[in-house]
Amino acid sequence: MLRYITQRLLESLIVLLLVSLATYLLLGLMPGDPVDLLISGDPNLTSEDAARLREAYGLDRPIFERYLGWLGQALQGEFGYSRHFSRPAVVVLNDAVWVTLSVAAPALILALVLAIPFGLLAAGRQGGWLDQTINLSALISLSLPTFWLAIMLIYLFAVELRWLPAGGMGEGFSGRLEHLLLPVSVLALSLAGVFLRFTRAAAAEVLGQDYVRTAKAKGVSRVGLMLRHVLPNAALPLITLSGLQLGALFSGTLIVEILFRQLGMGRVLYDAVLGNDYNLALVALMLTTAATLIGNLLADLSHAWLDPRITLR
Amino acid sequence: MPGSTPASPSARAGKPKASGPSASGPSASGRPASGRLRALLRQPLAFLALVFLALLAVASVSASWLASLEGIDPSAVDLFNAMAPPSPEHWLGTDELGRDLFYRLLLGGQVSLAVGLAAALGAAAIGTLIGLTAGEHGGWIDSLLMRSTDAMIALPLLPILIVLSAVDLTKLGFSTEVAGSEQAAMIRLIILVALVGWTTTARLVRAAARETLAQDYVLAARAMGASSLRILLRHVLPNIVAPLVVATTLSVGQVILFESVLSFLGLGLDPGTASWGRMLAGAQDILWDAPALALYPGLAIAATVIACNLAGDGLAAAFDPRRSRNR
Repeated sequence: MLRYITQRLLESLIVLLLVSLATYLLLGLMPGDPVDLLISGDPNLTSEDAARLREAYGLDRPIFERYLGWLGQALQGEFGYSRHFSRPAVVVLNDAVWVTLSVAAPALILALVLAIPFGLLAAGRQGGWLDQTINLSALISLSLPTFWLAIMLIYLFAVELRWLPAGGMGEGFSGRLEHLLLPVSVLALSLAGVFLRFTRAAAAEVLGQDYVRTAKAKGVSRVGLMLRHVLPNAALPLITLSGLQLGALFSGTLIVEILFRQLGMGRVLYDAVLGNDYNLALVALMLTTAATLIGNLLADLSHAWLDPRITLR
Repeated sequence: MPGSTPASPSARAGKPKASGPSASGPSASGRPASGRLRALLRQPLAFLALVFLALLAVASVSASWLASLEGIDPSAVDLFNAMAPPSPEHWLGTDELGRDLFYRLLLGGQVSLAVGLAAALGAAAIGTLIGLTAGEHGGWIDSLLMRSTDAMIALPLLPILIVLSAVDLTKLGFSTEVAGSEQAAMIRLIILVALVGWTTTARLVRAAARETLAQDYVLAARAMGASSLRILLRHVLPNIVAPLVVATTLSVGQVILFESVLSFLGLGLDPGTASWGRMLAGAQDILWDAPALALYPGLAIAATVIACNLAGDGLAAAFDPRRSRNR
C-alpha cells in the first residue's frame, strides 16, 4: 500500500513538474513581457532603460534558465508577486480557493444527489420508458453548453423574474447563499448527466451478478436490493470515475465563475491570462492541476481502501 | 408502471432479426453493412440525429446560396433594422447590427461544424497513432503512453486551453499578418482542441489493437512472415474502424462545445468570424434588450451536440452485436 502511494505521488509530481515547465514556456510565448507593459505605462522610458530593466529582471536570460530559477524559488515556497494585485500570488489565490470551493463542493454534492437515485432507477428498469427518459435527460445535461445554460438562467431568474441576483459575491451569509444559488445549480445540472451515466452503468453491471439474483430469489424487495446490494457495489467504480471528473469540475467552475462574477480560481486564472499577469496565471494553473491530481489520487486510494479485494503492491 | 417495463423490451424484441445475419457476417465488426444499417434504423433517435446532422451540414454549406435565393445578404449591416422581431423576411429576426439571424446561424454552423469535424479528425489521428503504438509495442512504451493518457484525462482542460489560446503566434516565428488572420485563429483552435481531445480514442484503439493482436490469425500471419506494419494495416486497422467511428462522432460534439466556450471567452476564433460561440459572446452584453439573440445560437449548439451524442451512442449499439442483443 505504502509503495503504491509513493509511486502514485511520484507520478503526480512528475505530471505537475511537466505542467509547470510547459506553462512557463508558454507564458514566455504570450504577448508582451513585463518590461513591455512598463514601457507602455511610462512613455519616458528609453530603450536603454528597457534593456537595463530586462537585465535587472533577468528577462534577457534564456527561458529554460529562467524556469529553473523560478522552480528553485517555488520549491522554497516563493511563488512571486501578482502584477495586477500587487500582492504575492499565493495570497491572491488563497482567497480564490475558498470561493471556488464554495461553488464547486455544493455543486458536486448536488450533482451526485441528483444522479445516484435516478441512475439506480434507470438501471433497475433497463430498456423501459423511464430508463429511456432518464437516459435522454442525462444526454441533454452533458450536451448543453454550461455557459449558455448560465445565460438562460440569468435571463429567467435575474432579468424576467427578478428573484435572484445576476452575479457577484453577495454580502453576509444569506447574501452569499443567494448569490451562490444560480451558479451552483448550473454547475450541478451540467455535471449530473455524466454522473448519472456512470451510476447507471455501474448499477447495471452489479444487477447482472449472481448474488443479486440470489437475493432476488430470496425475496429481497426492490428497494432493499438497490440499497443493500447494488449501491455499495456500484459505489466503487463510481468513486474512481468521479475522481476523473475533477478536471471537468474545475473547467465547469471556471465558466460559472466568469459568468456569475465569482472571484474564484477560474476567474483569477482567466483574468491573469488576459491581463498578462504571468506569475499569477502560472501559479493558478499549477494549483488547479495539483488539486485535480491529488483528488484523483484520493479517489483511487479510497477505492482501494473500500474494496478489500484489491491489495495494492 | 411495473407492467410497462417488461412490455416495452418485448415489443422491441419482436422486431429484430438483424442479429441473425450478423452471426454469419464476415465483416470486421461481426455484422454486415445492411445489418448495421438496420440496427441503426431500429433506434429512431439515433437515426433522427444523423438526419438532423446531415441536413444541418447541407444547409450550412449552402447558406450563402440559400440566402441569395431570398435576396438576403447575411453580412449586410442595417442599423435601422437592428434586433427586429421575426418576420416573413427575416425568419428569426435580425441581430444587433441588423443582419439576418437565421442565415447568420447557418453561417456560424459552417464554422462550428468545420472546426468540430477537423479537430475531431485530428484528435482521432493522434489517438489512433498513440493507441496503436501502445497496443503494438506493449512493455514500457505501453505503460508510458497509457500513464500519459491517464494524466491527460485527469487534467483540467479548460484552464489549460485558456493558457494555450493566449499564446502569441508572432513569438513562434509567424509574421504579424499570418498570426492575425482569421484562418490562423481557426487553425490554432483546431490544433489546440485536437491536442487535448485524443485520449478516449487512444484508449479504445489500444484495447481493440491488443484484442486483435492476440488472435490466432494474427499469429498465423506473423508465422507466414508478415511485417508488423502489414499486420497493423491489414488486420488491426479494419478491426478498430468501428470504435474509431463511434469515438470520433462523440468527440465532434465535445469539440463543438470546446470551440463555443473558447470563442465565447474571446480566446477562440477571430471576432469577425461568425461562429455560434462568438454570436453568444456578442449576445451576452445585450441580454436585457434582446434575449432571443442568446437563445438561438445556444439552441443550435445544444441541438448539434445532442445529435452527435445520440448518433455516437446509436452507432456504438449498431456496431456492437452484443449490446443490441441484450435489449
